[in-house]
Amino acid sequence: MHIAEGYLPPVHAAAWTVVAAPFVVHGARALVRQVRADPDAKLLLGAAGAFTFVLSALKIPSVTGSSSHPTGTGLGTVLFRPPVMAVLGTIVLLFQALLLAHGGLTTLGANAFSMAIAGPWIGYGVYRATRRIGLGVSVFLAAMLADLSTYCVTSLQLALAFPDPVSGLGGAVAKFGSIFAITQIPLAVAEGLLTVLIVRLLARNSPKELLRLGVLRRSDRPATDVTTAAVPAEEARS
Amino acid sequence: MTRSARTDLLIVLAVVLIAAVPLLLGLGRGEEPFAGADAQAESSITSDHPTYEPWFSSLFEPPSGEVESGLFALQAALGAGVLGYCVGVVRTRHRMERGRTPVPEQEQEPAGPPTATRRP
Repeated sequence: MHIAEGYLPPVHAAAWTVVAAPFVVHGARALVRQVRADPDAKLLLGAAGAFTFVLSALKIPSVTGSSSHPTGTGLGTVLFRPPVMAVLGTIVLLFQALLLAHGGLTTLGANAFSMAIAGPWIGYGVYRATRRIGLGVSVFLAAMLADLSTYCVTSLQLALAFPDPVSGLGGAVAKFGSIFAITQIPLAVAEGLLTVLIVRLLARNSPKELLRLGVLRRSDRPATDVTTAAVPAEEARS
Repeated sequence: MTRSARTDLLIVLAVVLIAAVPLLLGLGRGEEPFAGADAQAESSITSDHPTYEPWFSSLFEPPSGEVESGLFALQAALGAGVLGYCVGVVRTRHRMERGRTPVPEQEQEPAGPPTATRRP
């Protein structure tokens, strides 16, 4: 649920675009480097992009009585780091803005900042901080918080543009937060679980790539054989 | 069922429950239950800031709710197709690589045969 077309004043729209653009450009270069350095990673890159594509198309009812959709950025963040996700997320936002009238071109910068930049970086920080505990736990927390923080940032962006006439910025943050962030909590949990599901699937079926990307670690497994030991190691951790 | 497959199944069940519980409990409110959070934000802005005029509108707007939901379904279908293809290729590649070096029986199919359940 992104900020709709035209619903940010021109100054705000321009400012967020300026803020988001360097991240996306840097991400595009990181993406090209990644593909050149490791052509075999293209399939997982496709999987990460496709995962965002699916999840951000699914509008799911929430306990608040409204609906919203997950972001799907956690998987790409964990596999390829946030710069790459900045590009993949922006592509999804552009598709939705152009074909679905969901989000918009004028609000693309703000939406890219929340979904493709802030969310992934926060998720990545959580992932790095909790990776010691185990792959499953850290992936769950990373994906859940990347999702939730996206909508907290959206609430903040709208509050900055539309402070409450009576209670000011604080009131507006609370108001938009109750619309976006509270609705998002169960969805963020669902997204965390789905991301863990995909990572488990990849750990079983593509342990070599995950090792190369640094998602699985050699210390995760008791045995030395990479290809056969991945499953028990991953299970023991989750 | 292996422990791994059971965990996967529980994850799927939990996700389905998260989506279904609000519907089953009938938590939708107002004229349009379970309306989008973005539409709520829009109406909240226009009611608190009546002077604000959205200054740009979408270049292309799906002409009806049906067309819009169709396009969303298309997005999900494309994503799911590509995701399935990528995971399938990665899986096949992994299995073919393993096929060249013989491995113990119960490691061959982690999610499948009953032999794997003997794993502690």
